[in-house]
Amino acid sequence: MSAAVIDAKGVNLVFQTGDGPVQALKDINLTVGKGEFVSFIGPSGCGKTTFLRAIAALEHPTSGQLTVNGMTPDEARRKRAYGYVFQAAGLYPWRTIAKNIALPLEIMGFSKDEQQSRVNRVLELVELSGFGNKFPWQLSGGMQQRASIARALAFDADILLMDEPFGALDEIVRDRLNEELLKLWNRTGKTIGFVTHSIPEAVYLSTKIVVMSPRPGRITDIIDSPLPRERPLDIRDTKAFIDIAHRVREGLRAGHSDE
Amino acid sequence: MLGVLAVIVALWYGAAVWLNAAWTYDQASRNGTEVTFALLLSDTMAQERPVLPPPHQVGAELWKGLTAYNIASKKSLVYHGYVTLVATFSGFLLGSLLGIILAVGIVQSRTMELGMMPWAVISQTVPVVAIAPMIVVLSNALGFGDHLGVSNALVSKTIISAYLSYFPVLVGMVKGLRSPDQMQLDQLKTYSASEVQGFFKLRLPLSVPYLFTSLKVGIAASLVGAIVGELPTGAIEGLGARMLIGSQFGSPIVVWAALFAAAILAGVLILIVRTAETLVMRRMGVRA
Repeated sequence: MSAAVIDAKGVNLVFQTGDGPVQALKDINLTVGKGEFVSFIGPSGCGKTTFLRAIAALEHPTSGQLTVNGMTPDEARRKRAYGYVFQAAGLYPWRTIAKNIALPLEIMGFSKDEQQSRVNRVLELVELSGFGNKFPWQLSGGMQQRASIARALAFDADILLMDEPFGALDEIVRDRLNEELLKLWNRTGKTIGFVTHSIPEAVYLSTKIVVMSPRPGRITDIIDSPLPRERPLDIRDTKAFIDIAHRVREGLRAGHSDE
Repeated sequence: MLGVLAVIVALWYGAAVWLNAAWTYDQASRNGTEVTFALLLSDTMAQERPVLPPPHQVGAELWKGLTAYNIASKKSLVYHGYVTLVATFSGFLLGSLLGIILAVGIVQSRTMELGMMPWAVISQTVPVVAIAPMIVVLSNALGFGDHLGVSNALVSKTIISAYLSYFPVLVGMVKGLRSPDQMQLDQLKTYSASEVQGFFKLRLPLSVPYLFTSLKVGIAASLVGAIVGELPTGAIEGLGARMLIGSQFGSPIVVWAALFAAAILAGVLILIVRTAETLVMRRMGVRA
Protein backbone atom coordinates (compact mmCIF):
# COMPACT_ATOMS: atom_id res chain seq x y z
CA MET A 1 0.00 0.00 0.00
CA SER A 2 1.56 3.24 -1.13
CA ALA A 3 0.07 6.71 -1.58
CA ALA A 4 -3.60 7.26 -0.81
CA VAL A 5 -5.76 6.93 -3.91
CA ILE A 6 -8.93 8.02 -2.18
CA ASP A 7 -8.63 10.25 0.86
CA ALA A 8 -11.60 11.59 2.83
CA LYS A 9 -11.17 13.90 5.79
CA GLY A 10 -14.23 14.98 7.74
CA VAL A 11 -16.51 14.74 4.72
CA ASN A 12 -20.08 15.90 5.29
CA LEU A 13 -22.79 15.91 2.68
CA VAL A 14 -26.22 17.41 3.25
CA PHE A 15 -29.07 17.12 0.75
CA GLN A 16 -31.65 19.89 0.74
CA THR A 17 -35.01 18.18 0.34
CA GLY A 18 -38.61 19.29 0.54
CA ASP A 19 -38.72 17.99 4.12
CA GLY A 20 -35.67 19.99 5.13
CA PRO A 21 -31.98 19.09 5.08
CA VAL A 22 -30.94 15.44 5.18
CA GLN A 23 -27.45 14.55 6.38
CA ALA A 24 -26.43 11.85 3.91
CA LEU A 25 -22.80 11.69 5.07
CA LYS A 26 -21.45 12.69 8.46
CA ASP A 27 -17.77 13.11 9.25
CA ILE A 28 -16.43 10.47 6.89
CA ASN A 29 -12.72 9.75 7.35
CA LEU A 30 -11.23 7.12 5.10
CA THR A 31 -8.00 6.43 3.30
CA VAL A 32 -7.84 3.93 0.47
CA GLY A 33 -4.43 2.86 -0.79
CA LYS A 34 -3.47 1.85 -4.31
CA GLY A 35 -4.63 -1.60 -5.32
CA GLU A 36 -7.01 -2.02 -2.41
CA PHE A 37 -10.45 -3.57 -2.79
CA VAL A 38 -12.77 -1.59 -0.55
CA SER A 39 -16.37 -2.58 0.07
CA PHE A 40 -18.95 -0.24 1.49
CA ILE A 41 -21.68 -2.13 3.28
CA GLY A 42 -24.71 -0.99 5.21
CA PRO A 43 -28.49 -0.76 5.08
CA SER A 44 -30.37 1.55 2.69
CA GLY A 45 -29.84 5.21 3.47
CA CYS A 46 -26.44 4.72 5.10
CA GLY A 47 -24.78 6.84 2.44
CA LYS A 48 -22.63 4.14 0.86
CA THR A 49 -23.81 4.96 -2.65
CA THR A 50 -23.67 8.70 -1.92
CA PHE A 51 -20.04 8.35 -0.83
CA LEU A 52 -19.18 6.41 -3.99
CA ARG A 53 -20.93 9.08 -6.05
CA ALA A 54 -18.99 11.78 -4.20
CA ILE A 55 -15.74 10.05 -5.15
CA ALA A 56 -16.98 10.09 -8.75
CA ALA A 57 -17.93 13.79 -8.49
CA LEU A 58 -21.56 12.94 -9.13
CA GLU A 59 -22.33 14.48 -5.72
CA HIS A 60 -20.37 17.19 -3.98
CA PRO A 61 -19.52 17.22 -0.27
CA THR A 62 -20.92 20.15 1.67
CA SER A 63 -17.81 20.30 3.83
CA GLY A 64 -14.61 18.38 4.51
CA GLN A 65 -11.93 17.33 2.12
CA LEU A 66 -12.13 14.57 -0.46
CA THR A 67 -9.31 13.84 -2.87
CA VAL A 68 -8.90 11.23 -5.58
CA ASN A 69 -5.32 10.61 -6.71
CA GLY A 70 -4.49 13.78 -4.81
CA MET A 71 -6.91 15.86 -6.92
CA THR A 72 -10.45 17.04 -6.42
CA PRO A 73 -12.98 14.49 -7.67
CA ASP A 74 -13.89 16.77 -10.59
CA GLU A 75 -10.28 17.06 -11.71
CA ALA A 76 -9.81 13.34 -11.22
CA ARG A 77 -12.75 12.66 -13.48
CA ARG A 78 -11.34 14.86 -16.21
CA LYS A 79 -8.09 12.91 -15.89
CA ARG A 80 -10.08 9.68 -16.36
CA ALA A 81 -9.14 8.46 -12.89
CA TYR A 82 -12.06 6.09 -12.55
CA GLY A 83 -14.55 3.91 -14.34
CA TYR A 84 -18.01 3.64 -12.84
CA VAL A 85 -20.24 0.57 -12.94
CA PHE A 86 -23.89 1.11 -12.09
CA GLN A 87 -26.37 -1.36 -10.69
CA ALA A 88 -27.99 -1.74 -14.10
CA ALA A 89 -25.69 -2.58 -16.99
CA GLY A 90 -27.09 0.40 -18.87
CA LEU A 91 -25.95 -0.82 -22.26
CA TYR A 92 -27.41 1.07 -25.21
CA PRO A 93 -29.76 -1.38 -26.93
CA TRP A 94 -29.00 0.11 -30.35
CA ARG A 95 -25.28 -0.58 -30.04
CA THR A 96 -23.53 -3.91 -30.23
CA ILE A 97 -21.51 -5.00 -27.21
CA ALA A 98 -18.30 -3.84 -28.88
CA LYS A 99 -19.84 -0.48 -29.77
CA ASN A 100 -21.15 -0.11 -26.23
CA ILE A 101 -17.69 -0.65 -24.84
CA ALA A 102 -16.34 1.81 -27.38
CA LEU A 103 -18.80 4.50 -26.22
CA PRO A 104 -16.53 6.13 -23.60
CA LEU A 105 -13.60 5.77 -26.01
CA GLU A 106 -15.53 7.63 -28.73
CA ILE A 107 -16.43 10.35 -26.27
CA MET A 108 -12.84 10.65 -25.09
CA GLY A 109 -11.60 10.85 -28.67
CA PHE A 110 -9.55 7.67 -29.05
CA SER A 111 -8.65 6.77 -32.62
CA LYS A 112 -10.59 4.02 -34.39
CA ASP A 113 -7.68 1.58 -34.24
CA GLU A 114 -7.07 2.33 -30.59
CA GLN A 115 -10.78 1.80 -29.87
CA GLN A 116 -10.70 -1.53 -31.65
CA SER A 117 -7.69 -2.88 -29.80
CA ARG A 118 -8.91 -1.65 -26.42
CA VAL A 119 -12.36 -3.14 -26.94
CA ASN A 120 -10.83 -6.49 -27.84
CA ARG A 121 -8.54 -6.38 -24.84
CA VAL A 122 -11.25 -5.65 -22.26
CA LEU A 123 -13.64 -8.13 -23.88
CA GLU A 124 -11.00 -10.75 -23.27
CA LEU A 125 -10.49 -9.49 -19.73
CA VAL A 126 -14.16 -10.08 -18.84
CA GLU A 127 -14.24 -13.29 -20.89
CA LEU A 128 -16.66 -12.02 -23.51
CA SER A 129 -14.43 -12.45 -26.55
CA GLY A 130 -16.58 -13.42 -29.51
CA PHE A 131 -19.62 -11.54 -28.19
CA GLY A 132 -18.58 -8.15 -29.53
CA ASN A 133 -21.02 -8.21 -32.43
CA LYS A 134 -24.00 -9.31 -30.34
CA PHE A 135 -26.64 -6.86 -29.24
CA PRO A 136 -27.27 -6.52 -25.50
CA TRP A 137 -30.61 -8.36 -25.57
CA GLN A 138 -28.84 -11.42 -26.91
CA LEU A 139 -26.80 -11.68 -23.68
CA SER A 140 -27.82 -12.87 -20.22
CA GLY A 141 -28.01 -10.40 -17.34
CA GLY A 142 -24.66 -11.55 -15.97
CA MET A 143 -22.98 -11.19 -19.34
CA GLN A 144 -24.48 -7.72 -19.76
CA GLN A 145 -23.04 -6.68 -16.43
CA ARG A 146 -19.64 -8.08 -17.45
CA ALA A 147 -19.88 -5.99 -20.62
CA SER A 148 -20.59 -2.91 -18.51
CA ILE A 149 -17.50 -3.67 -16.41
CA ALA A 150 -15.51 -4.00 -19.63
CA ARG A 151 -16.84 -0.60 -20.68
CA ALA A 152 -15.66 0.92 -17.39
CA LEU A 153 -12.23 -0.68 -17.87
CA ALA A 154 -11.83 0.34 -21.49
CA PHE A 155 -10.14 3.70 -20.90
CA ASP A 156 -7.61 2.40 -18.38
CA ALA A 157 -8.72 4.19 -15.25
CA ASP A 158 -6.80 3.15 -12.15
CA ILE A 159 -9.92 3.12 -10.03
CA LEU A 160 -13.05 1.08 -10.58
CA LEU A 161 -16.13 2.27 -8.71
CA MET A 162 -18.96 -0.24 -8.57
CA ASP A 163 -22.41 0.52 -7.18
CA GLU A 164 -24.10 -2.80 -6.34
CA PRO A 165 -23.13 -4.12 -9.76
CA PHE A 166 -24.41 -7.64 -9.07
CA GLY A 167 -27.42 -6.62 -6.98
CA ALA A 168 -29.92 -7.52 -9.67
CA LEU A 169 -28.42 -10.94 -10.45
CA ASP A 170 -29.22 -14.32 -8.94
CA GLU A 171 -26.85 -15.84 -6.43
CA ILE A 172 -25.24 -18.44 -8.66
CA VAL A 173 -24.36 -15.87 -11.31
CA ARG A 174 -23.27 -13.53 -8.58
CA ASP A 175 -20.82 -16.08 -7.13
CA ARG A 176 -19.23 -16.58 -10.51
CA LEU A 177 -18.96 -12.88 -11.20
CA ASN A 178 -17.45 -12.29 -7.76
CA GLU A 179 -14.81 -14.90 -8.51
CA GLU A 180 -14.12 -13.35 -11.89
CA LEU A 181 -13.98 -9.88 -10.44
CA LEU A 182 -11.32 -10.99 -7.97
CA LYS A 183 -9.29 -12.51 -10.78
CA LEU A 184 -9.64 -9.33 -12.78
CA TRP A 185 -8.57 -7.24 -9.78
CA ASN A 186 -5.53 -9.48 -9.27
CA ARG A 187 -4.56 -9.25 -12.89
CA THR A 188 -5.02 -5.51 -13.33
CA GLY A 189 -4.03 -4.17 -9.92
CA LYS A 190 -6.88 -1.64 -9.97
CA THR A 191 -8.18 0.05 -6.88
CA ILE A 192 -11.81 -0.96 -6.47
CA GLY A 193 -14.59 0.74 -4.52
CA PHE A 194 -17.54 -1.60 -4.25
CA VAL A 195 -20.97 -0.90 -2.78
CA THR A 196 -23.01 -3.88 -1.63
CA HIS A 197 -25.45 -4.96 1.00
CA SER A 198 -24.40 -8.56 0.96
CA ILE A 199 -22.10 -9.50 3.85
CA PRO A 200 -20.58 -12.60 2.18
CA GLU A 201 -19.93 -10.60 -0.98
CA ALA A 202 -18.19 -7.84 0.94
CA VAL A 203 -16.05 -10.25 2.98
CA TYR A 204 -15.18 -12.44 0.01
CA LEU A 205 -14.05 -9.60 -2.20
CA SER A 206 -12.49 -6.99 0.02
CA THR A 207 -9.16 -6.13 1.52
CA LYS A 208 -10.97 -3.42 3.45
CA ILE A 209 -14.60 -3.43 4.55
CA VAL A 210 -16.24 -0.15 5.48
CA VAL A 211 -19.34 -0.71 7.59
CA MET A 212 -21.82 2.17 7.47
CA SER A 213 -25.07 3.01 9.18
CA PRO A 214 -27.89 5.41 8.41
CA ARG A 215 -29.39 8.65 9.77
CA PRO A 216 -26.97 10.27 9.53
CA GLY A 217 -24.86 8.22 7.11
CA ARG A 218 -21.59 7.45 8.85
CA ILE A 219 -18.83 4.87 9.18
CA THR A 220 -19.20 2.57 12.18
CA ASP A 221 -16.30 0.21 11.51
CA ILE A 222 -13.41 -0.23 9.11
CA ILE A 223 -12.13 -3.79 8.88
CA ASP A 224 -8.82 -4.66 7.22
CA SER A 225 -9.26 -8.19 5.98
CA PRO A 226 -6.56 -10.72 6.85
CA LEU A 227 -7.61 -12.98 3.98
CA PRO A 228 -4.97 -13.61 1.28
CA ARG A 229 -5.34 -12.04 -2.16
CA GLU A 230 -5.86 -15.43 -3.77
CA ARG A 231 -9.34 -16.49 -2.71
CA PRO A 232 -11.05 -19.62 -3.93
CA LEU A 233 -14.81 -19.65 -3.40
CA ASP A 234 -14.52 -22.19 -0.56
CA ILE A 235 -12.55 -19.70 1.51
CA ARG A 236 -16.01 -18.71 2.66
CA ASP A 237 -16.12 -21.81 4.87
CA THR A 238 -12.91 -20.97 6.75
CA LYS A 239 -12.81 -19.67 10.30
CA ALA A 240 -11.09 -16.42 9.29
CA PHE A 241 -13.87 -15.66 6.80
CA ILE A 242 -16.63 -16.41 9.28
CA ASP A 243 -14.94 -14.26 11.93
CA ILE A 244 -14.83 -11.25 9.61
CA ALA A 245 -18.42 -11.79 8.55
CA HIS A 246 -19.34 -11.88 12.22
CA ARG A 247 -17.55 -8.61 12.87
CA VAL A 248 -19.32 -6.97 9.93
CA ARG A 249 -22.65 -8.18 11.24
CA GLU A 250 -21.83 -6.81 14.67
CA GLY A 251 -20.90 -3.48 13.13
CA LEU A 252 -24.17 -3.32 11.24
CA ARG A 253 -26.11 -4.16 14.38
CA ALA A 254 -24.25 -1.54 16.43
CA GLY A 255 -25.10 1.04 13.81
CA HIS A 256 -28.75 0.25 14.19
CA SER A 257 -28.92 0.17 17.99
CA ASP A 258 -28.07 3.82 18.56
CA GLU A 259 -30.82 5.12 16.29
CA MET B 1 -60.97 -8.30 -39.19
CA LEU B 2 -63.03 -9.61 -42.12
CA GLY B 3 -65.95 -10.10 -39.73
CA VAL B 4 -65.89 -6.45 -38.77
CA LEU B 5 -65.71 -5.47 -42.44
CA ALA B 6 -68.73 -7.67 -43.21
CA VAL B 7 -70.72 -6.06 -40.40
CA ILE B 8 -69.81 -2.55 -41.61
CA VAL B 9 -70.81 -3.36 -45.20
CA ALA B 10 -74.09 -4.89 -44.02
CA LEU B 11 -74.92 -1.84 -41.87
CA TRP B 12 -73.96 0.40 -44.76
CA TYR B 13 -76.36 -1.36 -47.15
CA GLY B 14 -79.12 -1.21 -44.55
CA ALA B 15 -78.53 2.50 -44.00
CA ALA B 16 -78.48 3.11 -47.75
CA VAL B 17 -81.91 1.55 -48.17
CA TRP B 18 -83.25 3.49 -45.20
CA LEU B 19 -81.79 6.88 -46.18
CA ASN B 20 -82.45 6.63 -49.91
CA ALA B 21 -86.03 5.34 -49.47
CA ALA B 22 -87.50 8.83 -49.16
CA TRP B 23 -86.54 9.66 -52.73
CA THR B 24 -88.03 6.39 -54.01
CA TYR B 25 -91.33 7.07 -52.24
CA ASP B 26 -91.34 10.68 -53.51
CA GLN B 27 -90.89 9.57 -57.09
CA ALA B 28 -93.54 6.89 -56.74
CA SER B 29 -96.13 9.26 -55.33
CA ARG B 30 -95.33 11.79 -58.05
CA ASN B 31 -95.88 9.11 -60.70
CA GLY B 32 -98.83 7.64 -58.84
CA THR B 33 -97.25 4.20 -58.66
CA GLU B 34 -96.99 1.69 -55.85
CA VAL B 35 -93.65 0.96 -54.14
CA THR B 36 -93.10 -2.75 -53.78
CA PHE B 37 -90.39 -4.13 -51.57
CA ALA B 38 -88.46 -5.34 -54.60
CA LEU B 39 -88.67 -1.90 -56.20
CA LEU B 40 -87.56 -0.27 -52.98
CA LEU B 41 -84.46 -2.46 -52.84
CA SER B 42 -83.50 -2.09 -56.49
CA ASP B 43 -84.16 1.65 -56.61
CA THR B 44 -82.27 2.61 -53.46
CA MET B 45 -79.27 0.69 -54.75
CA ALA B 46 -79.05 2.56 -58.05
CA GLN B 47 -80.02 6.21 -57.63
CA GLU B 48 -78.05 8.85 -59.44
CA ARG B 49 -77.88 11.20 -56.46
CA PRO B 50 -78.36 9.01 -53.40
CA VAL B 51 -78.25 10.45 -49.92
CA LEU B 52 -75.96 7.59 -49.01
CA PRO B 53 -74.45 5.73 -51.96
CA PRO B 54 -74.26 1.99 -51.29
CA PRO B 55 -70.79 0.34 -51.26
CA HIS B 56 -70.97 -1.09 -54.79
CA GLN B 57 -71.74 2.33 -56.30
CA VAL B 58 -68.82 3.89 -54.46
CA GLY B 59 -66.65 0.95 -55.40
CA ALA B 60 -67.59 1.23 -59.06
CA GLU B 61 -66.93 4.98 -59.11
CA LEU B 62 -63.62 4.48 -57.34
CA TRP B 63 -62.61 1.73 -59.75
CA LYS B 64 -63.62 3.86 -62.71
CA GLY B 65 -61.70 6.82 -61.32
CA LEU B 66 -58.60 4.74 -60.79
CA THR B 67 -58.56 2.69 -63.99
CA ALA B 68 -60.84 4.02 -66.69
CA TYR B 69 -58.89 7.15 -67.59
CA ASN B 70 -55.39 8.01 -68.61
CA ILE B 71 -53.62 8.72 -65.35
CA ALA B 72 -52.64 12.16 -66.60
CA SER B 73 -56.28 13.05 -67.24
CA LYS B 74 -58.17 15.35 -64.91
CA LYS B 75 -60.85 12.69 -64.60
CA SER B 76 -58.46 10.15 -63.15
CA LEU B 77 -58.36 9.70 -59.37
CA VAL B 78 -54.77 8.58 -59.76
CA TYR B 79 -53.95 12.02 -61.09
CA HIS B 80 -55.77 13.80 -58.27
CA GLY B 81 -54.28 11.41 -55.73
CA TYR B 82 -50.82 12.22 -57.07
CA VAL B 83 -51.42 15.96 -56.74
CA THR B 84 -52.52 15.49 -53.13
CA LEU B 85 -49.63 13.11 -52.46
CA VAL B 86 -47.03 15.65 -53.60
CA ALA B 87 -48.51 18.28 -51.29
CA THR B 88 -48.71 15.74 -48.46
CA PHE B 89 -45.08 14.78 -48.83
CA SER B 90 -43.79 18.33 -49.05
CA GLY B 91 -45.93 19.35 -46.06
CA PHE B 92 -44.87 16.28 -44.11
CA LEU B 93 -41.22 16.94 -44.83
CA LEU B 94 -41.44 20.58 -43.84
CA GLY B 95 -43.61 19.84 -40.79
CA SER B 96 -41.44 17.00 -39.50
CA LEU B 97 -38.30 19.03 -39.96
CA LEU B 98 -39.85 21.99 -38.18
CA GLY B 99 -41.11 19.72 -35.38
CA ILE B 100 -37.70 18.14 -34.87
CA ILE B 101 -35.85 21.46 -34.93
CA LEU B 102 -38.28 23.06 -32.48
CA ALA B 103 -38.10 20.01 -30.21
CA VAL B 104 -34.30 20.15 -30.13
CA GLY B 105 -34.47 23.85 -29.27
CA ILE B 106 -37.08 23.31 -26.58
CA VAL B 107 -35.13 20.48 -24.96
CA GLN B 108 -31.86 22.42 -25.04
CA SER B 109 -33.13 25.75 -23.85
CA ARG B 110 -35.49 26.60 -21.05
CA THR B 111 -36.16 29.99 -22.64
CA MET B 112 -37.18 28.30 -25.88
CA GLU B 113 -39.50 26.03 -23.96
CA LEU B 114 -41.24 28.87 -22.15
CA GLY B 115 -41.34 31.00 -25.29
CA MET B 116 -42.34 28.39 -27.87
CA MET B 117 -44.39 25.68 -26.24
CA PRO B 118 -47.50 27.77 -25.45
CA TRP B 119 -47.59 29.07 -29.03
CA ALA B 120 -47.22 25.57 -30.39
CA VAL B 121 -50.22 24.46 -28.32
CA ILE B 122 -52.25 27.53 -29.28
CA SER B 123 -51.47 26.92 -32.95
CA GLN B 124 -53.27 23.61 -32.70
CA THR B 125 -56.41 25.09 -31.15
CA VAL B 126 -57.01 27.24 -34.24
CA PRO B 127 -59.32 25.34 -36.60
CA VAL B 128 -57.42 24.59 -39.76
CA VAL B 129 -60.47 25.29 -41.94
CA ALA B 130 -60.41 28.83 -40.55
CA ILE B 131 -56.84 29.63 -41.44
CA ALA B 132 -56.55 27.49 -44.57
CA PRO B 133 -58.30 30.06 -46.82
CA MET B 134 -56.09 32.83 -45.45
CA ILE B 135 -52.96 30.83 -46.16
CA VAL B 136 -54.22 30.16 -49.69
CA VAL B 137 -54.92 33.86 -50.28
CA LEU B 138 -51.59 34.95 -48.80
CA SER B 139 -49.64 32.37 -50.78
CA ASN B 140 -51.22 33.60 -53.98
CA ALA B 141 -50.63 37.24 -53.07
CA LEU B 142 -47.00 36.75 -52.04
CA GLY B 143 -46.27 34.42 -54.92
CA PHE B 144 -43.51 32.36 -53.27
CA GLY B 145 -44.36 29.56 -55.64
CA ASP B 146 -43.36 31.66 -58.62
CA HIS B 147 -39.90 32.14 -57.13
CA LEU B 148 -39.56 28.47 -56.27
CA GLY B 149 -40.81 27.32 -59.64
CA VAL B 150 -43.87 25.53 -58.27
CA SER B 151 -47.54 26.45 -58.16
CA ASN B 152 -48.76 28.78 -55.44
CA ALA B 153 -51.39 26.16 -54.68
CA LEU B 154 -48.65 23.69 -53.76
CA VAL B 155 -47.04 26.26 -51.50
CA SER B 156 -50.25 26.93 -49.61
CA LYS B 157 -51.08 23.23 -49.31
CA THR B 158 -47.56 22.51 -48.08
CA ILE B 159 -47.87 25.18 -45.42
CA ILE B 160 -51.28 23.98 -44.24
CA SER B 161 -50.10 20.40 -44.23
CA ALA B 162 -46.92 21.28 -42.31
CA TYR B 163 -49.00 23.32 -39.88
CA LEU B 164 -50.93 20.19 -38.96
CA SER B 165 -48.04 17.72 -38.95
CA TYR B 166 -45.31 19.58 -37.07
CA PHE B 167 -47.12 19.39 -33.76
CA PRO B 168 -47.24 15.62 -33.17
CA VAL B 169 -43.59 15.42 -34.23
CA LEU B 170 -42.69 18.25 -31.87
CA VAL B 171 -44.47 16.66 -28.91
CA GLY B 172 -43.09 13.19 -29.61
CA MET B 173 -39.53 14.40 -30.08
CA VAL B 174 -39.58 16.51 -26.92
CA LYS B 175 -40.66 13.44 -25.01
CA GLY B 176 -38.11 11.24 -26.77
CA LEU B 177 -35.19 13.62 -26.30
CA ARG B 178 -36.06 13.86 -22.62
CA SER B 179 -36.30 10.11 -22.12
CA PRO B 180 -32.78 9.33 -20.81
CA ASP B 181 -32.96 8.34 -17.16
CA GLN B 182 -30.77 9.72 -14.40
CA MET B 183 -28.43 6.73 -14.49
CA GLN B 184 -27.77 7.17 -18.20
CA LEU B 185 -27.04 10.86 -17.71
CA ASP B 186 -24.75 10.14 -14.73
CA GLN B 187 -22.94 7.55 -16.79
CA LEU B 188 -22.19 10.08 -19.53
CA LYS B 189 -21.05 12.49 -16.84
CA THR B 190 -18.50 9.95 -15.62
CA TYR B 191 -17.02 10.03 -19.14
CA SER B 192 -16.95 13.86 -18.97
CA ALA B 193 -19.14 13.86 -22.09
CA SER B 194 -20.23 17.21 -23.49
CA GLU B 195 -23.87 18.22 -24.03
CA VAL B 196 -23.44 17.75 -27.78
CA GLN B 197 -21.97 14.26 -27.34
CA GLY B 198 -24.81 13.36 -24.97
CA PHE B 199 -27.27 14.59 -27.56
CA PHE B 200 -25.91 12.57 -30.46
CA LYS B 201 -24.85 9.44 -28.58
CA LEU B 202 -27.79 9.09 -26.22
CA ARG B 203 -30.73 11.47 -26.63
CA LEU B 204 -31.12 11.24 -30.39
CA PRO B 205 -30.98 7.43 -30.73
CA LEU B 206 -33.22 7.07 -27.70
CA SER B 207 -35.85 9.30 -29.32
CA VAL B 208 -36.08 7.35 -32.59
CA PRO B 209 -39.00 5.12 -31.51
CA TYR B 210 -40.87 8.23 -30.30
CA LEU B 211 -40.11 9.91 -33.62
CA PHE B 212 -41.66 7.12 -35.66
CA THR B 213 -44.80 7.04 -33.53
CA SER B 214 -45.11 10.77 -34.14
CA LEU B 215 -44.37 10.46 -37.85
CA LYS B 216 -47.27 8.05 -38.23
CA VAL B 217 -49.63 10.57 -36.68
CA GLY B 218 -47.90 13.36 -38.59
CA ILE B 219 -48.23 11.86 -42.04
CA ALA B 220 -51.95 11.28 -41.54
CA ALA B 221 -52.27 14.90 -40.38
CA SER B 222 -50.28 16.00 -43.43
CA LEU B 223 -52.75 14.28 -45.73
CA VAL B 224 -55.67 15.95 -43.98
CA GLY B 225 -53.87 19.27 -44.31
CA ALA B 226 -53.25 18.79 -48.00
CA ILE B 227 -56.90 17.89 -48.61
CA VAL B 228 -58.17 20.81 -46.55
CA GLY B 229 -55.79 23.04 -48.51
CA GLU B 230 -57.48 21.90 -51.71
CA LEU B 231 -60.98 22.71 -50.55
CA PRO B 232 -61.08 26.52 -50.55
CA THR B 233 -61.15 28.93 -53.43
CA GLY B 234 -61.35 27.14 -56.66
CA ALA B 235 -58.75 24.43 -56.40
CA ILE B 236 -59.20 22.31 -59.47
CA GLU B 237 -56.94 19.38 -58.78
CA GLY B 238 -56.35 17.04 -55.87
CA LEU B 239 -58.62 14.78 -53.89
CA GLY B 240 -59.90 17.73 -51.86
CA ALA B 241 -60.93 19.49 -55.05
CA ARG B 242 -62.70 16.30 -56.22
CA MET B 243 -64.67 16.24 -53.00
CA LEU B 244 -65.57 19.89 -53.35
CA ILE B 245 -66.63 19.47 -56.99
CA GLY B 246 -68.63 16.39 -56.12
CA SER B 247 -70.55 18.19 -53.41
CA GLN B 248 -71.06 21.35 -55.50
CA PHE B 249 -72.45 19.40 -58.43
CA GLY B 250 -74.57 17.25 -56.20
CA SER B 251 -72.91 13.93 -56.90
CA PRO B 252 -72.29 12.24 -53.57
CA ILE B 253 -70.88 9.18 -55.29
CA VAL B 254 -67.95 11.27 -56.51
CA VAL B 255 -67.40 12.63 -52.99
CA TRP B 256 -67.42 9.17 -51.51
CA ALA B 257 -65.07 7.81 -54.15
CA ALA B 258 -62.61 10.64 -53.48
CA LEU B 259 -62.97 9.97 -49.76
CA PHE B 260 -62.04 6.34 -50.23
CA ALA B 261 -59.17 7.26 -52.50
CA ALA B 262 -57.91 9.48 -49.68
CA ALA B 263 -58.31 6.64 -47.19
CA ILE B 264 -56.33 4.29 -49.41
CA LEU B 265 -53.66 6.95 -49.78
CA ALA B 266 -53.50 7.35 -45.99
CA GLY B 267 -53.10 3.60 -45.61
CA VAL B 268 -50.26 3.55 -48.11
CA LEU B 269 -48.54 6.49 -46.40
CA ILE B 270 -48.74 4.87 -42.96
CA LEU B 271 -47.38 1.68 -44.50
CA ILE B 272 -44.41 3.59 -45.90
CA VAL B 273 -43.62 5.13 -42.51
CA ARG B 274 -44.03 1.78 -40.80
CA THR B 275 -41.69 0.09 -43.28
CA ALA B 276 -39.10 2.80 -42.71
CA GLU B 277 -39.55 2.26 -38.97
CA THR B 278 -39.01 -1.48 -39.26
CA LEU B 279 -35.87 -0.98 -41.33
CA VAL B 280 -34.40 1.63 -39.00
CA MET B 281 -35.26 -0.28 -35.84
CA ARG B 282 -33.73 -3.43 -37.25
CA ARG B 283 -30.55 -1.51 -37.97
CA MET B 284 -30.67 -0.32 -34.38
CA GLY B 285 -30.59 -3.89 -33.15
CA VAL B 286 -34.19 -4.23 -32.04
CA ARG B 287 -35.23 -7.85 -31.77
CA ALA B 288 -37.12 -8.71 -34.96
